[in-house]
Amino acid sequence: MPQMVKIVNGPVDVSGLLSAVSDPRAGGTALFVGTTRNFSVDGEREYPVSYLVYEAYEPMALKVMNDIAGAARSRWGLIGVAAVHRTGRVEIGEASVAIAVSAAHRAEAFEACRFIIDAVKRDAPIWKKEVLPESERWVGL
Amino acid sequence: MTARVLLFGGIREIAGADSVELDIPEGGTTENMLDALTRAHPGIGRWRPFLRVAVNREYTAGAAPVSAGDEIAVIPPVSGG
Repeated sequence: MPQMVKIVNGPVDVSGLLSAVSDPRAGGTALFVGTTRNFSVDGEREYPVSYLVYEAYEPMALKVMNDIAGAARSRWGLIGVAAVHRTGRVEIGEASVAIAVSAAHRAEAFEACRFIIDAVKRDAPIWKKEVLPESERWVGL
Repeated sequence: MTARVLLFGGIREIAGADSVELDIPEGGTTENMLDALTRAHPGIGRWRPFLRVAVNREYTAGAAPVSAGDEIAVIPPVSGG
């Protein structure tokens, strides 16, 4: 399967991403997994985070993520690309996003994986709310 | 014309609704839509410089035209990942 892009409302199946990009022509596979941290930073102040809640404008997020994956495929000649983002409540230590890419060689795999996660964070219409012990805040707003 | 506008994240919470119907002039633009949105929900006004608008699931820039039947969405600063 050359390109798999999904938004899921439950745990991210990381090994499913690796299977999706597995291919006998691949010499390297890069995997990025973004996980929920138990703290956040505001300026210089660190504060504890209890869990996160993600929201997506799903049809547009899928379109943006597919466009990013397609751009990476043609730029680096990738074999397989998989990108999955989660919505809803995500507990500390759980994956909120995962990107896997396979390529003939590791250099393209590493570069493309980095490009995809950076572009998804910049452009996909997805939002996170930090839930703290006694308050909550939408990040960026 | 009446435009139905989708809201997300913090903007959705300020408005208290995941979509709103706004009156904008015939042949209007995304800027007219944001004018109407901030009139209806003044709490959104301070965030206006940071909002993007998508029409039919594509980001727009500046005052982009909107037509009846377009899928219009207000995109607050994204924070996925």
